[in-house]
Amino acid sequence: MPIEILMPALSPTMTEGNLTKWLKKEGDEIHSGDVLAEIETDKATMEFEAVDEGRIGKILVPDGSEGIKVNQPIALLLEEGEDASALAQFAIAAPQPAAGSVPAAAAEPAVVAQPPAMPRGGNGRIFASPLARRMAQQAGLELAAIAGSGPQGRIVKADIEAALAAARGAPAAAPQRPEAAPPVQPAPVATGALTKERVLALAGNPPHTERPLTAMRRVIARRLTESKQTVPHFYLTVDCEIDELLKIRAELNAKSDAYRISVNDFVIRATALALRQVPAANASWSDEAILLWDGVDIAVAVALEDGLITPIVKNADRKGLAMIANETKDLTARARAGKLKLEEFQGGTFSISNLGMFGVREFAAVINPPHGGILAVGQGEQRPVVKNDALSIATVMSCTLSCDHRAVDGAVGAQFLAAFKKLVEDPLTMLL
Amino acid sequence: MADSSFDLIVVGGGPGGYVAAIRAAQLGMRTALVEREHLGGICLNWGCIPTKALLRSSEIYHLLHRLDDFGFTAKDIGFDAGKVVARSRAVAKQLSNGVAYLLRKNKVTVFDGHGHLAGKGRLAVTKDGDPVAELAAGHIVLATGARARALPGIEPDGERVWTYKEAMVPPAIPRSLLVVGSGAIGIEFASFYHDMGAEVTVVEVLDRVLPVEDEEISAFARKSFEKQGIKFHTGAAVTALSHDGAVTTTRIEANGKAFEERVERVILAVGIVGNVEDIGLENTGVAVDKTHVVVDEWLRTGERGVYAIGDLVGPPWLAHKASHEGVVCVERIAGVNDVHPLDVRNIPACTYCRPQVASVGLTEKAAREAGYEVKVGHFPFIGNGKAIALGEPEGMVKTVFDSKTGELLGVHMIGAEVTELIQGYTIAKTLETTEAELIRAIFPHPTLSETMHEAVLDAYGRAIHF
Repeated sequence: MPIEILMPALSPTMTEGNLTKWLKKEGDEIHSGDVLAEIETDKATMEFEAVDEGRIGKILVPDGSEGIKVNQPIALLLEEGEDASALAQFAIAAPQPAAGSVPAAAAEPAVVAQPPAMPRGGNGRIFASPLARRMAQQAGLELAAIAGSGPQGRIVKADIEAALAAARGAPAAAPQRPEAAPPVQPAPVATGALTKERVLALAGNPPHTERPLTAMRRVIARRLTESKQTVPHFYLTVDCEIDELLKIRAELNAKSDAYRISVNDFVIRATALALRQVPAANASWSDEAILLWDGVDIAVAVALEDGLITPIVKNADRKGLAMIANETKDLTARARAGKLKLEEFQGGTFSISNLGMFGVREFAAVINPPHGGILAVGQGEQRPVVKNDALSIATVMSCTLSCDHRAVDGAVGAQFLAAFKKLVEDPLTMLL
Repeated sequence: MADSSFDLIVVGGGPGGYVAAIRAAQLGMRTALVEREHLGGICLNWGCIPTKALLRSSEIYHLLHRLDDFGFTAKDIGFDAGKVVARSRAVAKQLSNGVAYLLRKNKVTVFDGHGHLAGKGRLAVTKDGDPVAELAAGHIVLATGARARALPGIEPDGERVWTYKEAMVPPAIPRSLLVVGSGAIGIEFASFYHDMGAEVTVVEVLDRVLPVEDEEISAFARKSFEKQGIKFHTGAAVTALSHDGAVTTTRIEANGKAFEERVERVILAVGIVGNVEDIGLENTGVAVDKTHVVVDEWLRTGERGVYAIGDLVGPPWLAHKASHEGVVCVERIAGVNDVHPLDVRNIPACTYCRPQVASVGLTEKAAREAGYEVKVGHFPFIGNGKAIALGEPEGMVKTVFDSKTGELLGVHMIGAEVTELIQGYTIAKTLETTEAELIRAIFPHPTLSETMHEAVLDAYGRAIHF
């Protein structure tokens, strides 16, 4: 019997994706590991490799299809000895792409692949009933985003129904099933109430062009809305004088062509070392406990043409400036080319966003859950400063820390910023 | 007269009350239990347990009539009804003593008497009208149970018209018997008395026997009972009784026609009414609806500090439901983490007639009416090696799945020992397993439980042995 090739879940947050391009065509022989297609996920364009061997019998979802649900069949693979007649058994109505979008109603997939284990923090085993797992998968819900109400926080059917009801914006208007009232959950799913018609009406219907939502744009919207709605942010700002830093940077960069250290690389290293000095700031909130991270993995926001991505400098506290510089250069280049690997942008313990290059003096950033904080870095600029009762000029960089108050209190945030400022203003200590 | 204060008082020592009391004591509460008659309640003394002892006797008697099937011969097979009843009473007595021991072991103070709410957080205990104790507690759990419902015009007289209580201690097996009501209690007595040699007729007001079970199970059961020789009138009601010597004439109306059945004894098994009288509910916030106390999901009544569990509250009226409610109620009071309200769909129900009937969850009809698209599986005992080896090839397992999610919505079983098998499905349902895990599970061969696996496989078109 032909094997169904299913739309893969290439990241834990992926619920649907776009099939940019097939790299094999019907009739091609496939070996395990061959790249079958390019798939655009919420975060990047990724290559989809074959697991099974055989010959592509039929492509069900053509190039350029958008919004294909994870686990929807996208092609049929004929095994050795099978010919095209075997396809006839598969009387599944292949979804026909209409106007570039594919309806998600692929009958009932005969084979439902288990979703990849969801990494949740460091040790995250997610407890969920088999029924809840299947319902979440069918609805494209992330289990990690759902609070469990069952024994020991196990995610059960009622939790999925509550999440779905919240997503529909209809409080438990589920089919009239005599369930016990589902427990009230924070609804992590954005409501779909902002229709295009409504926004146009509110704006008075002025002339406009439409830019279709990419998968990445949807994820940004969902995650950051969730963050602003559920994470209690507070903000602390500090001014750092960076004349000394700029001097040392120039000296270091003059010594070799093997690296080119940016101000931001100093900021990454200073942040990592400050987190090491104030471990309470390297923390994430969970409903059961505050999780203090052993490692310091810094996610660095990189602007893309349509959105942003946060590649991660892992163990940044244990890396020298040159290494950080080369790593960020490589990560940034590959991020812009959409070639990051999953593990290179998933996770992290703390983020940095730097808009100094755009002339921004200071700003406050939105926390990227589950991180406990994000440092927003402004432009280094000459400002008048008072020193020893006299006015003088210094290059000053304002940095604003956004903290998740559930995990990081004001005093802890202030200690972190003090440590950070000390490192930045006395950069030789950063070389220790 | 004792005057004592406790953290929690339970009124009624049945399977709801004594379990609640033991759990409360385990959680460190100073606990009292007030019981007016027998520890263990109806279940242990006049219900579940003694009837199982009787049914064991009738099962053996039935097998003795099939000795030839198994290669035996015997002559002069007979029984002594007195001994059959005595055994049943001894079993009940043994277990009731066991409950007393368990309460003692858990340091629950037991008061022998009748409990009566007497103002906020107070309970008066009397024995034969004389005061025994004045108790006080922040939490009072009512577990006074229920009793047989009487029908107007057909009041039980304890002699020719029995309730379950007289039916459990017959002086002799009547030659003929009319059972009014074909729920679990009625059918168990019908099965017992028929196997013991009585001519049995069952009258059911609804259109099928065991009316809460799945329709296919009802039909299967009726066919099986009729083959054995039990007579049924469904959609029928007993409208009048008259006694003439040893014969009771019952007037039955069905489909607009009236006829008579003449029998020696009548058993009334037409449901229960809650024991809500004379426990001091008047002038409290406790609401009563059709003889049952109204409670919320945590078993709280409308009166602060007063709770109710078991048969005193809503259906299903089953001992294990009462016990579970007792635990939920007490744990909630104690502030235990992770307490969950009872999920009615996961309460199994068993009827110990021959063949046995067991079920959990929604019937196929109820599932469809609730809006589910269903996948239904069947597997007959005739396809099961163990059933054939036991000489019990009559039976069937039916599964109902939500075709969209694979949720096991309900299971309905009839056949030998299905009351012991249903728990496997109950665990599956409680853990929210889907068909996938059930299909993957390995069932031991040769057992009756293989029918459970096959009935799941069949719902997905994959049954192997049929």
